[in-house]
This record gives sequence, C-alpha cells and structure tokens, in this order.
Amino acid sequence: MAGSGTLRASAPWRVLDGFGGSRRAVSRHVRPSETAELPGLFARAIEERLAVSFRGSGRSYGDASLNEGGLAIDVRGLNRVLAFDPGAGVAEVEPGVTIEDLWRLGLPRGWWPSVVPGTMFPTVGGCVAMNVHGKNCFRAGPFGDHVTELDLVTGDGALRTLSREREPEIFRATVAGLGLLGAVTRVKLRLHRVEGGRLRVHPLRVRNLSEMFDAFASRLAKADYLVGWIDGFAGGGSLGRGLVHEANYQGAAEDPQGAEWLAVERQGLPPSIMGVPRSIVWRFMRLLASDPGMRLVNAAKYHLPERLGGDGSFLETHVAFAFLLDYVPNWRLAYGDDGFIQYQVFLPDATARAGMAEVLECCRRRGIVTYLGVFKRHRPDEFLLSHGLDGWSLAMDFPVSRRDRAPLDRLTAELTGIVLAAGGRFYAAKDSVLDAEAFARAYGERLEQFRAIKRRLDPGGLFQSDLSRRLAIA
Amino acid sequence: MALRFQHAIVVGASSGIGAAIARELAASGAAVALLGRRADELERVAAPLRASARAPIVTVVHDVTAVDTVPALFERLVGELGGLDLLVYAAGQQVMAEEGVWDFARDLTMLDVNAAGAIVWTSVAAARFEARRAGTILGLSSIAGERGRRTMPGYTTSKAALTTWLEALRNRVSRSGVNVVTIKPGYVDTALTRDLAFKPMMISAGRAAAIALATARRGGSPSAFVPARWWLVAMMLRHLPSRVFRRLNF
Repeated sequence: MAGSGTLRASAPWRVLDGFGGSRRAVSRHVRPSETAELPGLFARAIEERLAVSFRGSGRSYGDASLNEGGLAIDVRGLNRVLAFDPGAGVAEVEPGVTIEDLWRLGLPRGWWPSVVPGTMFPTVGGCVAMNVHGKNCFRAGPFGDHVTELDLVTGDGALRTLSREREPEIFRATVAGLGLLGAVTRVKLRLHRVEGGRLRVHPLRVRNLSEMFDAFASRLAKADYLVGWIDGFAGGGSLGRGLVHEANYQGAAEDPQGAEWLAVERQGLPPSIMGVPRSIVWRFMRLLASDPGMRLVNAAKYHLPERLGGDGSFLETHVAFAFLLDYVPNWRLAYGDDGFIQYQVFLPDATARAGMAEVLECCRRRGIVTYLGVFKRHRPDEFLLSHGLDGWSLAMDFPVSRRDRAPLDRLTAELTGIVLAAGGRFYAAKDSVLDAEAFARAYGERLEQFRAIKRRLDPGGLFQSDLSRRLAIA
Repeated sequence: MALRFQHAIVVGASSGIGAAIARELAASGAAVALLGRRADELERVAAPLRASARAPIVTVVHDVTAVDTVPALFERLVGELGGLDLLVYAAGQQVMAEEGVWDFARDLTMLDVNAAGAIVWTSVAAARFEARRAGTILGLSSIAGERGRRTMPGYTTSKAALTTWLEALRNRVSRSGVNVVTIKPGYVDTALTRDLAFKPMMISAGRAAAIALATARRGGSPSAFVPARWWLVAMMLRHLPSRVFRRLNF
C-alpha cells in the first residue's frame, strides 16, 4: 500500500482558493523546506508532465496562485532570512518570508519595508511575482523598484542571479512575472529608513470625484502616503465622494516619542473594534454584506468624524496605517461562501478623470456597486507585466452570486471595455475576469517580450497557473 | 429538488449492488465509468448498457488495492466522462472466519478492499467536489459495521472503518455543498451472501441499488439502512450488552 513515490500517485491533493473565495482549484501539493529541493521537484514534475505553480500565503484575489490538476509548490517553508544589514537596511530573504517577518525584522532597527500592500501576510515571493504596490506607489513605485537582486531557479534546475546589471531583461520579466519563469529563491531588497514608529495622518473629506483628484494633485509632491476611499453608493453631484488619507514619516523633531514606537510590541493592531474582539468581527460584517448594509457602512464612514488632534491630524503606527485589511481577520468570509471578486482598473493620467467617472457611473447604472472603493496614484515602472503606469487606479470589491453570476460578468466586461479604450491596465493579483484578448490589448508589446523570454527560459511550459492559461500568457 | 447524476464513476461495478447501480445510472442517461477487478464480468455488465446507452459507458479493469493508480485514473475518467457529479464506492469482499483459523492476511486484504480503497477514491472525489461546491459521494457500507462479530471479524471491522470514514468525510465537506451518502444494507441477494444460511429480510441487488440512488438523489448527506427497517435491528444490536452479544453465534 505504500506510495510509489511519484507525485501523481501519492502527493496529497489540496483544494486551494483565491483570496476572493470565488475561485478554487484542486492541485497536488508539496511544501519543500529547502530551496535545494526545487530542482528535483521540477525534474519530477517534468517527468510526470505536471504543470507547476507557486503558492505563498494565497493573498492573490483571483486565480493567480491556482493550478487545477497541476503541482502547487507551497513556498511558505522557504522562509529564512539569509542576511540583514542594519546599517544599510538591506535584507536578503527566501521567498516564503512574509511582509510581517520583514517589518518585524527591520523596524526595531529603524527600517520599514519600502513598499507594503494593505496586508502583512503576503510572502516576499508573491510580492515580487505580482510586483505589489502600497499607499506610497506614486512616490516609491512598486515592490520591484526596491529589489536589487534576485535568484531565479528555472525548470532545468539552473540558478541565475538577476539584477539591473546582470541579465536585466530577465530581471524585468521575473518581477511581475506571475511566477511563470521559475522559482525566485532569494530576494535582496532595500528597506526605508524611519526615525520613528509612527506616521502623522491627515484625513480629508472630499465631496466628489473632482475634489478627490484635486486633493491628490495638491499633495503628491510632499506626501509620503496617499490613499483615497470612495463611497461607491453616492451618485449625482456626490459621485466619487470619499476620504483621502495623507500620511507622512515623522522625524525625531516632529515626533519626539517616535523612537519608542519602533518596538514591535507597540505596533500591534487593536485587539477589539468597538468592543468586539477582532476575531469575530467578520461575523457582524457578514450581517451587513448586502447592498443596503454596505450603503449604510459607506455612508457612515463618509460622515463620521475621525479622532483628530488640534491640527486636524493624528499619529498612527506604521502597522495600523499600512495594514488596514488585517484589522478584521477573515474579513473575506463576510462575503459568504460564494466569495467576491476584486477588480482594479488602472487609467493613464490623461484619461483618468473622465474614465473614473465613467467607471463609477457604469456600476451605478448596472446596479452593482463596489462595497469598498480604493483610489490611488501610480507611476510607471520597468517590469514587463506590471500594472504600474503614469496614472490612477480604483480597486473595487464586488460580491459574487454563484447562482447568478451573469450580471457581474456583464458589468466587468463593460468596465474592461472602458479601461481598454482609455489605454489602461489591470492587475493580475486582483484579476479573475479578463480574457486573453483583453489582456493582450492592455499589455501589447510588453506581453510579446515576456512571451519571448518565457519561451527561452521555460521552453516546455512547465510553469503555469489557472491565470496564465486563462489569459494565454504562455 | 432531486439531484441528477449525469457523470458517474462506479468502483466495484462488475457484480452485486455496484453493477445494479451502474445499470440504473446508465438507464437514466448518465455517462458511467464501470470499474472492477474482473474484465469478463465487467463486460457482461457493460455490454448491454452500451447497446442502449445515450451517453458514454466506459469500463476499466482496476484493483482497488493498487492505490497508487487511483489519482491518475480518477483524473483520466473525469476527462473521459466530461465531468463528474457522482462517485459510487461499491467494491467489497466478505470472507467468513472459520473457528480456530487466524487468517490475518485475508482480513487485511478485506480492509484494503473495503476501506483503504474507499479512502483513496473518495478523497480524490471529495477534493474535486469541495472545490466545485457540488457532487455526491455514495459509499456502500453495511449494517455489519455496527458491531464486531465472531463470524466475520475482518468484514465487520472493515465496514465499521468505512462507515466512520464516510461520516468523517461528511463532516468535512457537507458544509461545502458536497453530498456524502452512506448506504448500510442488510441482507442483499449477491455473491457475498450466497453461502449464508440465515438471511432474513433479504432484498435483490436491484432493489438495494434503487433505494441507494433514490436516497442519494434526495441530497442532504444522509446515512441510511437499506431497507429502512434495518434501523430498528441496528439500534437493538448496538445496545445489546457485550456480555450478551458475545454469547450469540451471529
């Protein structure tokens, strides 16, 4: 009865889902504990004709980390910090190290990760593969901009060290490369120097989309972080109303106690929210996860005053400001078993004002409104499949109804048309709705360049995902 | 609303209740894969089905103790059938113990066929169904799993294991919309019961299959005695004190 040792015969099967909970797939699952195991795993997968994908913390919303019928390699066991230079703020880590590991490592020594997404749970490998961004993307760029060197192990087992000097074209394809070129086994990255553990946050209420753009425009030059929240339920003259949060690093002069807040234990998220333990808050959210409920929540968020100091601002820890999504553990379960999709549109600066209004109006016209709308300014970057452009993005969360998915699909198809006409882009970490044609139109020549590198490094097409097959990336 | 089974795998379809279930599924228009150890028996069941079937009828010679072959075979069959909404595990063997004979090898084989094979087949099916939030797993256990009996120690142990496994499976995946059905027949007129002298309330394999499928189609992850009146017998059996039960030659 013992297994014959092949992956097909005896590797455990695992049901994996995208973070949105609306996509699932069954894969064979292995969790290596050493990067040295990877070449052997690749060789076995080639021999057994299994497509290989990588899986970190499973924080991509759609199918980027899913691989139906293939082999999912869980990288969370590859989580060693290989080196950290507290003088220069340079870390070398394995791909399974998380953003949480990174800030816990750096902050006590005065270093905060240069770019963090809205949750601390993603792995560095995932952040590289998706080239994630944070609330400082207009200034700091995406995650990849702070990566100085990578090791990539391709399907033949060869290890390549990549940087902007060594094989730069492969470096530019590997970052934002969706894990389709091989395993990133070592990431060298720069952290950002901070003198204190707190940011000064300036909230601002904006009455419509035009004010939203204006508020960003007037702050882009001086702010460290800028993020907008949009109440998708508001229409007419209030279309695009919401809040803008500007946050800035504080020097010792501005926040004399700031250094004390560098301690990890001072950075914790509050254990309860309005008296409710954080771990069960999602159950209450679930009661509100309907159109009327979320209309109420969004309106309350817009109208309720924030706790401000005398100058209309307040101090907040890095963790509390950066990781909004982690306040409510399991918040995604509030959407129920059918889950939700996140759909994020990126529009170039020239067409963004009209385009964003069209996007919001299209949602209202079709009666499907985002439960959470997040607005950001971006800058272009060098990575082939990156979503980064000189423009603006709006991230939207839509609940899914498995019984009647068609209205949502029609909405996203229309929105995709708007984005493509405006010369915009999409974000693979969020996507679960595009088709190959739309993706090819959005990425054009860059996709062709990526495919050429993919053919060279992975001629057998070993590395695949449900997303790469859906979008016919390779 | 009754479930409709359009793509089914029946493991252990060459005779008995498994064959009867395959026949009824094919008659209802389902694409069916019939798996069994004996090629000739399998063909005898499948040939007439092919003649009148509206959907593909596939046969595969398969020994459930070759557990290594199961995952790849499962994937192949799902592809050939064009999907899957029902997995039936009906493979089973029953060998009576003789007084004073301790044939542990034969008992282990019974565990392999009746329980271990089910663990592998239902696991791969459960993974697929869990991901899709739909699907039915029908396991043919037995009322014999209710107590360990002196006349059939290996068989009763294997069926107890299967019943418990199916219960655990139900508890894992029913909340994901997967229908896990445990069928526990009493005496059914098959090869397994041919040599038994005492066969009260015996029904035909066709009747057992019809009840099993009707139970599965209702959904809701039921566990049922077949026919239902065995429930009363099972209750009494379960509550009979060991000091009494061990004195019975049953």
